[in-house]
Amino acid sequence: MPTSLSIWVERVSALFLKEIKSELRTRYAFNSLLMFSVVTLTAVSFSVGQFTLSVQVKSALYWLILFFASMAGLAQVFIKEEEAKTSYLLKLASPPAIIYLGKFLYNWVLLLALQVIIIPLFVIFLNLELVNLALFLTVSFLGSLALSAATTIIGAIVSKANVKGALFAVLSFPLLIPVLVAGIEGAQLATSGAKFSEAWGQISLLLSFSVVMLTVSIILFEFVWSE
Amino acid sequence: MLWKILLFVVMTLIIIFANLWPPPQEKLGEVSRIFYFHVPVAWVSVVAFLVAMINSVQYLRTKNLQYDTNSAISSRIGLLFAFLATVTGSLFAKAAWGSYWNWDPRETSLFVLLLIYGAYLALRSAVPEESKKAALSAVYSILAFVTVPFLVFVVPRVFKSLHPTDSIVDKSMKIQMSGQVSSLFFPSLAAFTVLFFWMYHLEQKVEMKSKKEA
Amino acid sequence: MLSLKLESISKSFGYRQVLKGINLEVQPGQCCGIVGPNGSGKSTLLKIAAGLISPTSGKIRFADSNKIVTFDTARNSLFWIAPDLEFYGELTALENLSLFAKIRGLKKSRAEIVEQIDRVGLEKRENDQVGSYSTGMRQRLKFALALVCEPQILLLDEPGSNLDWQGVDFVDRFIRDLKQKTALCLATNNPDETKYADFSIHLG
Repeated sequence: MPTSLSIWVERVSALFLKEIKSELRTRYAFNSLLMFSVVTLTAVSFSVGQFTLSVQVKSALYWLILFFASMAGLAQVFIKEEEAKTSYLLKLASPPAIIYLGKFLYNWVLLLALQVIIIPLFVIFLNLELVNLALFLTVSFLGSLALSAATTIIGAIVSKANVKGALFAVLSFPLLIPVLVAGIEGAQLATSGAKFSEAWGQISLLLSFSVVMLTVSIILFEFVWSE
Repeated sequence: MLWKILLFVVMTLIIIFANLWPPPQEKLGEVSRIFYFHVPVAWVSVVAFLVAMINSVQYLRTKNLQYDTNSAISSRIGLLFAFLATVTGSLFAKAAWGSYWNWDPRETSLFVLLLIYGAYLALRSAVPEESKKAALSAVYSILAFVTVPFLVFVVPRVFKSLHPTDSIVDKSMKIQMSGQVSSLFFPSLAAFTVLFFWMYHLEQKVEMKSKKEA
Repeated sequence: MLSLKLESISKSFGYRQVLKGINLEVQPGQCCGIVGPNGSGKSTLLKIAAGLISPTSGKIRFADSNKIVTFDTARNSLFWIAPDLEFYGELTALENLSLFAKIRGLKKSRAEIVEQIDRVGLEKRENDQVGSYSTGMRQRLKFALALVCEPQILLLDEPGSNLDWQGVDFVDRFIRDLKQKTALCLATNNPDETKYADFSIHLG
């Protein structure tokens, strides 16, 4: 007898897998993310040339690229439903919370997939030294969790508004400042070889931010989603 | 009516006395007098945010559009006060430390507050339909409010604070102001808060009147 | 068996009032017709009943043999067919239908879904992307999805639109088959379709 939690997990996974499938077939979002990151990275590397960037600058660059890539690539998650008019199909199928969770997981996985590609590129092009690799990956992992938690509901808000392009970035940026600060600091610590215990503040901030954002988003999502 | 006159008198007295009466703060000099205006104004910009958020929650609970109007009014006034706080703070920074902007924690937090207000108003202007506008901006205002505690924790650790905190609040977090200073500061704080609520109330009347005429 | 009741439903979009104080009650085995000129709010009313739009005022109640049931519970037993319902063009018919079933938490095997796709006349097309379907085929697919879901409340908005005479024939059989076990609401301008209704409400 399946528990209601396992049914929920199945329902959310169904939506999540569909997002992945759609994305693999159309590649809209991931292409935006990747293109933006690669172009920025190569442009910086090229213009910096022989000059060595400090650890602070590299960490900041890493998070800036993640942030702006998210602005470019994650905005469409709900807009494409509105434009294709498939939101009725989703509304008919399930309560708002499941829709939100499926989309949130999809955004997170997109960011993780992006990081798999750009972290090696950073190492190659900008000589990023991952002295404490585990810490760096943890910070990136949690940071993308936090980024996704905040941007998913903003994406839903923007999908209902008129001028969609710049609005997403304008709304997301103030909310993401704590994430950027903690992420940059965490990345700095990791590339300077600090131990996990030193980065505990940043890690706990990213984690608690994600939990709070997710909770609040799930509660508020239906006000955005319903007409 | 009487309280308006009282407010006028009190504020005039504050402006005069702030510039003449208490001796200037030791480390900073005459410039420190701006403290009587800068801090209350910054305080009010935060109060306005709180008022906006509470109204947002009420709107989502009751769907009464009046709460949405209140939220918008409070945000507009809050933006004005945040802007004033930034300007006064910036002038002080130039006079006391040599540059207009330093990204110290208080400055950064105020900056974020400005961004939040700006984003909120941008969102409102991007949604023409009333109930949708109300729902979306209410959600955003609550989201923004929820990130504020994180800001408070994150920002102070980033840069060493230039802000003169130790002159007012000592290590045990007790307010330590001389009698002269506090007798001017707290009335100023109260006066600006009253001013905010008066402006808020006026805006409400203006909105109601323009709705009737529409 | 679920029944549907709309109490005093009003809906305004901004300043434009589309529906005012509409009352409606449908029991299982009944079919309620919703008629009125274009723009009178028929589609809007059905969308409200389907939970896709919220009314400006009024209540929607679902009851199971006189016991009130929440919308979240009723949602899984409800279905809506309308021109506004769109599938994901980049997914195949089979993928669209099994996605819907899974999100609803229904356990339907691939074979069961394919059976319904075949039943609406789309044999051998289940692995084609819906983007390649004609509008008539998409309309039939909506019926296939309805069959997969086995709804107790079915809301139909111009069901015969985009269909050729074979499709219309199919819709006829479909409605007659389902009518005994379902509470039906049918919005239409087509006089051929109003014959299914046991009673009607007029809008506009």
